[in-house]
Amino acid sequence: MLEVDNLSCRRGDRTLFTALSFMLPASTLLHVRGRNGSGKTTLLRALCGLLRPDAGAIRWRGEPISELADDYNREILYFGHLNGIKADLTGQENLRVAATLDQDPLTDGAITDALAQIGLAGFEDLPTRMLSQGQKKRVALARLILSKAPLWILDEPFTALDTDAVALLERLIAGHVADGGAAVLTTHQEVSLTRGEIRRLELGAIGC
Amino acid sequence: MLSVFLCVLNRDLTLALRRRTDVLTTLLFFVIVVSLFPLGVGSERELLRLLGPGVVWVAALLASMLALERLFAADYDDGTLEQLLLAGQPLSLLVLAKIVAHWLLTGLPLVIIAPLMAMQYALEATAIWVMMAALALGTPVLSLLGAIGAALTLGLRGGGILLSLLILPLYIPVLVYGAGAVSVSVIEIADTQPYFALLGAFLLGGLVLAPPAAAAALRISME
Repeated sequence: MLEVDNLSCRRGDRTLFTALSFMLPASTLLHVRGRNGSGKTTLLRALCGLLRPDAGAIRWRGEPISELADDYNREILYFGHLNGIKADLTGQENLRVAATLDQDPLTDGAITDALAQIGLAGFEDLPTRMLSQGQKKRVALARLILSKAPLWILDEPFTALDTDAVALLERLIAGHVADGGAAVLTTHQEVSLTRGEIRRLELGAIGC
Repeated sequence: MLSVFLCVLNRDLTLALRRRTDVLTTLLFFVIVVSLFPLGVGSERELLRLLGPGVVWVAALLASMLALERLFAADYDDGTLEQLLLAGQPLSLLVLAKIVAHWLLTGLPLVIIAPLMAMQYALEATAIWVMMAALALGTPVLSLLGAIGAALTLGLRGGGILLSLLILPLYIPVLVYGAGAVSVSVIEIADTQPYFALLGAFLLGGLVLAPPAAAAALRISME
């Protein structure tokens, strides 16, 4: 589905990676690893189209993502370092905004269910400002339950989560991949899948 | 399309209502700046009548600047701006929704309170009506132009000062024709229509050009 060809990215004067190529077919999880500062976030932002790479091409189902633009954006779900939720809105409202932006007609019940599934039953009407770090992250991760996007791009999704949430998130990712979705993930811990394929990409070891 | 526009508009209005101080700051700033001038220059009615339109308009420009910095910065800080960019919806539309929300929160209150302010400058009823109409047409242009500057200076250190230097010169035409309309309305034979025609033209031009320009600037700032 996703094809990266000869990609290179720089931040300022520093070259992060050059001549990076890989394929990401359906039902595959790409686990990107590398030491701090090796360009994992930069790669993921480039894959989202938030950042223009210095050279190389990223293609989605054979077409360059820069040409697909909004059509590509509708196909991906990006989860960055920042949770992307509003502290003054409740969990329910945050997810409602996200669903409307995705043009996903969701009922309030579906959103409440998703929040309950992620372990936030009873917190849906509190402004997320009142929640702990981990709970805020859970609100943001509830988007994974509701999303229908075929490509998930997750930047360090496991940080600040407790063991229950980590297990839940692993199940969600495994379910997504088993359903024929693709996912790109950075994390320092090991991930395992029951079904589907895991590919590993080590940044910092190649190129430069 | 409309549902996405309304969703972002509704989101920004809800957020502002939960943080009322931000909205009140702009309004109180406007009230205080306008009220300081009569105290400074004395209570000569003729002088105040002459100064009034210009002072109200300059205060409106500064007040509208005040909240501009936060227009995109708040969303930038918590990552929601990234999500807006990746929403797969036309970014200009989302930006326009944010600009409309900004105007409803900072521009519209100024239009409504303007008559009260104008009374301090001994302006007559007709001049007050003209002032309200001119502000109603002019302040959306301020929000539209300001959004381009806010998007360009997003994430920069000292962006607030840079934003003022960038945007205030662009506000000059609005200031000239907005204050001009009020000044002219005091003279009986004068016609204010050309002033309104020009302000209207600025507004239409801004509505068409500013959202795509701000959207493009946002994409650059997010890299």
